[in-house]
Amino acid sequence: MAKLNLLLLAVLVACALGLVTSQHKARKLFSALEREHDHGRELDIEYGRLQLEASTWGQHSRVARIAAGTLGLRVPDARRVRLLGRDDAQ
Amino acid sequence: MTAGSIAARGLVRLPVWRARIVLVGLIAAFGGLAVRAVYLQALRTDFLQEKGDARYSRVLEVPATRGRITDRHGEALAVSTPVKSIWAIPSDVRLKPAQAKTLARLLGMTARELHRKLAEPERDFVYLKRQLAPETSEAIARLGLPGIYEQREYRRYYPAGEVTAHLLGFTDVEDVGQEGLELAYEQSLGGRRGSRRVLKDRLGHVVEDVQSIRAAQDGTDLTLSIDSKIQSLAFAALKSAVERHRAKAGALVALDVQTGEVLALANVPSYNPNNRARLSGAELRNRVITDLFEPGSTLKPFTIALALESGKVTPQTMVATDPGRMTLAHYTIRDVHPAAALSVTQVLQKSSNVGAAKLALAMPREALWDLYDRLGFGRVPQLGFPGAAAGRLRPYRSWRPIEQATMAYGHGISVSLMQLARAYMVFATDGELVPLTLVKSEPVAHGERIISVDTARAVRAMLESAVQPGGTGPRARIVGWRVAGKTGTAHKQENGGYAADKYIASFVGLAPVSAPRVIIAVMIDEPVGDYYGGSVAAPVFAELMQATLRLLGVPHDAPLEPLEPPSSDASREST
Repeated sequence: MAKLNLLLLAVLVACALGLVTSQHKARKLFSALEREHDHGRELDIEYGRLQLEASTWGQHSRVARIAAGTLGLRVPDARRVRLLGRDDAQ
Repeated sequence: MTAGSIAARGLVRLPVWRARIVLVGLIAAFGGLAVRAVYLQALRTDFLQEKGDARYSRVLEVPATRGRITDRHGEALAVSTPVKSIWAIPSDVRLKPAQAKTLARLLGMTARELHRKLAEPERDFVYLKRQLAPETSEAIARLGLPGIYEQREYRRYYPAGEVTAHLLGFTDVEDVGQEGLELAYEQSLGGRRGSRRVLKDRLGHVVEDVQSIRAAQDGTDLTLSIDSKIQSLAFAALKSAVERHRAKAGALVALDVQTGEVLALANVPSYNPNNRARLSGAELRNRVITDLFEPGSTLKPFTIALALESGKVTPQTMVATDPGRMTLAHYTIRDVHPAAALSVTQVLQKSSNVGAAKLALAMPREALWDLYDRLGFGRVPQLGFPGAAAGRLRPYRSWRPIEQATMAYGHGISVSLMQLARAYMVFATDGELVPLTLVKSEPVAHGERIISVDTARAVRAMLESAVQPGGTGPRARIVGWRVAGKTGTAHKQENGGYAADKYIASFVGLAPVSAPRVIIAVMIDEPVGDYYGGSVAAPVFAELMQATLRLLGVPHDAPLEPLEPPSSDASREST
């Protein structure tokens, strides 16, 4: 009888320690998850900022100004355009 | 000798009551513990739970970000990004003069202004400055001043600025939509802030999610039907025309014929939605959708379509327009180019008021009203845009003959530019009216048939002749594609009458004629000097149509040859 009790006591202690450990692990993992969530959110914010930046730099009026001003590009005169049919392109 | 041996020998007999007392004492102690336990666990549990929670349990706000607005190709048009607001608890603030000076400089105010803000000790929350740039707020945080805190907020940025201002509208300081599409789609863009209960450890890290009180929901992104390149070109073309003609305002809308999508919607004057310090009502108005005007000659094609539908006339039927004027009940209708007789095609091409009036008077007034009604005049367009105007189409029972005649050429009726552009859909789609949308949609759009295929094609051919050198709108022509359209020049309504020297010049047209893809409507309000639709609005149409067709990759249906210049008198038309 005493032996059985001792055995059960040992099992109980092991279980208790296991519970504490797993709880600790769960909390650690959870806080890691939280960090990743925050990181994800920050990346999303940065993505928004980059989108803004891309859109600002890529404004059509700016592109047109640089193309016409700095690069000296222009729409060709109708006389200098030749259309290729689908057969010609191949 | 030991006690054990004494007891064993029976020399000392301990009285039984002593053992009983110890036993009762023990039982009483355990009983006390049990009562205490019951008291704490069952009766005072709420209070204790609360005390415990207060030490490690926290309710966190879960912010929701506002959805982004992009154009049809995913180009960002409106994005919310976090900024910091600086606030203070005035009674906690202790500032040395030098610190106050630095802080005031960073906040962009004078030291006196700062002190005035902090001089209200009974208030325990004062915003010093909202929505600061990240660098500034970091600099303030580095000062480490007591009683001064920062708070994260969202601010909306519009990279295209004034180009998309009227279309998108803007949000207020709390990032809630106030105008335009921001207001119209507030429900889906806004998202919903959530909150959750968590456990925090000694260091402030969240260690366990206890309960989600309300799930946060981020706003959904909105993809518009707008093409930002076309939009940008439209705004530039319109702005330069308004400046060139010293006009009061201008509006423009471009529609995709196949899908009913709005490709561009521009207004001048405009404003910068990123900096709305000084805004006037005139700048805020979205003229395409909320402003009404008498369209003038741009309505003539519908009168003619109705005449063709009735079967009484063909495009070649001659209409007597001699001597270029017609008097009905003390009111005289005039033509700028008087002619003895014009064919139905020429009535449109030369924009003859007398011809259009005669055609309208030959038909029952119900028929004209019914057509206008089915085209959507006098009804709020189903666009989901706040403040969309219905226009005014009076019931036909109240029409007198003179009104029936003027209605034929676009007077006595008011429409918005959006309604007018949409109505031209029937000539572009072979007679069907497709519902419009500002949101990118699947390519299938089912229209409602308004006029027959034959009529639509006949009027389209007439509209093409109206932009030929013999018509009123030759400056609408472009190289490489066939265009069709109608000019409009109308006296402006003022104080219940017509102003003699104020005009609205307009042009509505479509291209390419062989398989229409795009409709563009342009309206210029009060041009100074030259005021005909054919010379003020038509060039804007041509410039934008050329660029739009090139951007959309629409196949050419006309040779790539330079156009012959129109005569200078051509664009004059009856008002």
